[in-house]
Amino acid sequence: MQRRVQHCRQSRSLAVLPLLLAFVIAFLAPAHADEAQVRSIITKFGDAKGFPQIEAVVQELGATGDPVVARSLNALSDGVLHVRKADKQIFILEERGGLRVLDPLSGEAVADAGVARDYTKIRVNNGLRRTIRGVLGSLTLSASDPNARMRAADTLFQTPDPDAIETLDGAIAGESVPAVKMRLQQARAAAVLQSDLPDAQKEEAIALLGGMGDRAALSLLNGFAANAQGDLKSAAEGAADRINTTLAAWDMAQNVWFGLSLGSVLLLAAIGLAITFGVMGVINMAHGEMVMLGAYTTFAVQEAIRAGAPGLFDWSLLIAAPTAFLVAGAVGLAMERGIIRFLYGRPLETLLATWGVSLILQQAVRTIFGPNNREVGNPSWMSGSFELGQLAITWNRLWIVVFALAVFAVLLFVFNRTSWGLHMRAVTQNRRMAASMGIRTPWVDAFTFALGSGIAGIAGVALSQIGNVSPNLGQSYIIDSFMVVVFGGVGNLWGTLVGAMSLGVLNKFLEPYAGAVLGKILVLVLIILFIQKRPRGLFALKGRAVEA
Amino acid sequence: MNLKLTRRGVLAAALAGSISFTAGAAFAQEETIKVGVLHSLSGTMAISETTLKDTMLFLIDEQNKKGGVLGKKLEAVVVDPASDWPLFAEKARELISANKVAAVFGCWTSVSRKSVLPVFEELNNILFYPVQYEGEESQRNVFYTGAAPNQQAIPAVDYLMNEEGVERWVLAGTDYVYPQTTNKILAAYLEAKGVAKEDIMVNYTPFGHSDWQTIVTDIKNFGSTGKKTAVVSTINGDANVPFYKELANQGIKAEDIPVVAFSVGEEELAGLDTAPLVGHLTAWNYFQSVDTPENADFIAKWKAYIKNDKRVTNDPMEAHYIGFNMWVKAVEKAGTTDPDAVIDALVGVSVPNLSGGYSTMMPNHHITKPVLIGEIQADGQMETVWETPGVVVGDEWSDYLADSKDLIADWRAPMNCGNFNTASGKCGGKATN
Repeated sequence: MQRRVQHCRQSRSLAVLPLLLAFVIAFLAPAHADEAQVRSIITKFGDAKGFPQIEAVVQELGATGDPVVARSLNALSDGVLHVRKADKQIFILEERGGLRVLDPLSGEAVADAGVARDYTKIRVNNGLRRTIRGVLGSLTLSASDPNARMRAADTLFQTPDPDAIETLDGAIAGESVPAVKMRLQQARAAAVLQSDLPDAQKEEAIALLGGMGDRAALSLLNGFAANAQGDLKSAAEGAADRINTTLAAWDMAQNVWFGLSLGSVLLLAAIGLAITFGVMGVINMAHGEMVMLGAYTTFAVQEAIRAGAPGLFDWSLLIAAPTAFLVAGAVGLAMERGIIRFLYGRPLETLLATWGVSLILQQAVRTIFGPNNREVGNPSWMSGSFELGQLAITWNRLWIVVFALAVFAVLLFVFNRTSWGLHMRAVTQNRRMAASMGIRTPWVDAFTFALGSGIAGIAGVALSQIGNVSPNLGQSYIIDSFMVVVFGGVGNLWGTLVGAMSLGVLNKFLEPYAGAVLGKILVLVLIILFIQKRPRGLFALKGRAVEA
Repeated sequence: MNLKLTRRGVLAAALAGSISFTAGAAFAQEETIKVGVLHSLSGTMAISETTLKDTMLFLIDEQNKKGGVLGKKLEAVVVDPASDWPLFAEKARELISANKVAAVFGCWTSVSRKSVLPVFEELNNILFYPVQYEGEESQRNVFYTGAAPNQQAIPAVDYLMNEEGVERWVLAGTDYVYPQTTNKILAAYLEAKGVAKEDIMVNYTPFGHSDWQTIVTDIKNFGSTGKKTAVVSTINGDANVPFYKELANQGIKAEDIPVVAFSVGEEELAGLDTAPLVGHLTAWNYFQSVDTPENADFIAKWKAYIKNDKRVTNDPMEAHYIGFNMWVKAVEKAGTTDPDAVIDALVGVSVPNLSGGYSTMMPNHHITKPVLIGEIQADGQMETVWETPGVVVGDEWSDYLADSKDLIADWRAPMNCGNFNTASGKCGGKATN
């Protein structure tokens, strides 16, 4: 073991040398090594034992400076490069709808593929993937695709090397895309700081990095300031201080964004409850299970799409949302007709009965789908993130904020602008009067409860994108939901919105200082204190409705 | 109550009596040895523990096909402690006193184990505990077949330090006893290895934490200082899915900041799209992907038993496999299921594990296991990237904590002690509970 460790360290420190060589060759000598030579190097993967030996072959491939090796290196990094057991030849295996065996250089399919068992995968680990990324970075600096050049520039920025300055100068001179050129200059500046070039150049580099204003630049400047002297040191420190100031402001913005994002999750979880509990006054302990049903509906829809029409996968959530509304709404309707309508005006019995229903639903789902987490995939438009200044905003969070607000707006419209909404408000405010006006109050009750449950189901679709889909899903949201509704003010949708958002932001501002555990406790304590002061929450209903 | 006897009633009673008599006789002919299974089948922990219940039924079934133990068939007694810690103690008492089981296989969380310890001590029975845990314990009636910290956490940290060159550490865990003790041991170990205090960030989150935005951003910032950073995750259960989703969405790649997890296995990954997680690490003593004939056989039989081709196997399942075979062997060695005799017979018993070697029960009631470091693959399996050259002996009392480094456990005569203090030469250096 010890020996292996040392070997690995050695090979890592040696890694710089061929990499450097690769730069020079790749740039100065576009005359590529001939294909037979590259092929003979690739064949060496067949005999390589252990990661250090595989890494050596990767370095050798990089040293050829021939961009043709990119295909096999990418394949290795993705874990699809294989050795044929029979003759130790190297191939790329693709198993998308039947086995396809490709040549590692040309990428053309081989005729007599055989079966997957005839091949052994060439193993790869994080260290190797990093090496491959470095090798590919230098090879693709002169690629025709600007994205590839950008990635190469990123790699060079992350691994500043004074010996690469010359290469970078050449690349900057020949670069036509402004963004890539900028990145190359930044990579050059990072390298200059570590070189022994004149101070004037270093000052320019400090100014350039200071202008970037992100954490990567900050760590470069801090690292430089630690070893510098005189004017350069103070210049670097000044630039670092300026970055720190802007970053502090960005941190603030980030906390607000995180808070709104958490708030929208709370809003989604609570908004159905704002109807069943807030408007109707039913203490619905099975609310969380409606959310869970929505999430499982998403799972079922995705399974059906995977089996029937894989092309529709990106649309799965749009299909799941109405389905989840119907499923959870139907369960809610059955619950109201079967149990809750006999218990109006008896809160304690309602609490116990709905709690019982929640246990039944949980165990039913456990029996049908099993106790384990189910995999709900993210459509491509909900994966990844984008940068807004120094903020990394993830797509799924952004869409959930949008979705929560949309659901809220629709609900508000239904309540305030439709005759059904009018009936609902009439029944909840004065049941007997509404009944004498000819409203069929039992059906309004039933459909209001179904609406609240259906909305919870829709929330489940969104929440399946950020968390677990397991039978316990509902339990993790039930406390938060009640907290939001009570804090916001029972019977008021706006209260739920403001309550959810302010709890989210409060939580996210406390978390960096108090930690996640203490932060949550502090929020609970603050709510208890707040309820002491204003027992009816933020937006209390006034007038006769309160007495009803 | 009406005591009037009718002719028909007497007849029925007589019939019932004769049936129960014949049934009793049939029962007596085939006397069984009862084995208790104490795993939650409902509540939060059902997600992990239900599989272990199935594993036990599977192992008992396999053993019965081979003719049982001591010429008797085994009979599983399954109870459901419902993820409720005090209920674990009640159910354990029920298994031992009412059902007269010969041994119990069960528990997952440390708190459930702590809850049943007094029961096993009082009623003198045997518990096999199959899950990796924080150590700092050795009880006469308990056999720990999961990993102690030195069989999982410390080798994982060594791997990151030596092979990945990690210099900055995030110790992230769920806020309860296992992560806290493990992180305490790891922090002491890292500091002993010369890692500065400011290069270690410790973070705890509540059970089921679902909003990881702030913490993942903190990790990203902590790792952007230029020094190679890694996350050591003792995050438990359900909280892992949103954690990994947030990591993937914020674009933290394993090549930049690898996460090594101690509570994430094949089962947990089954609920996740693992494509963005390729390269993140886990440390266990067994992976489903281990390429040995024993493992291939085990997986094939398991899939046939459970009648589902997609079911995975994981480390705690292997721990039950080892523990169960050890118990069978010890019972055969002792010639009886009497707990005292079996407890004595168990020490020194050696059975094949699934990774191609042998695991032995040590005098401290912990077993020897190999340590494997695996990288998560796109298909949800782990691929071994490093393993210890041989098996590692479980160290119950950590050498890196001040108040346990002098303690050892040895349940053989004449020492017979779970916390012998080598400095003072006395048993009882520190309370075991």
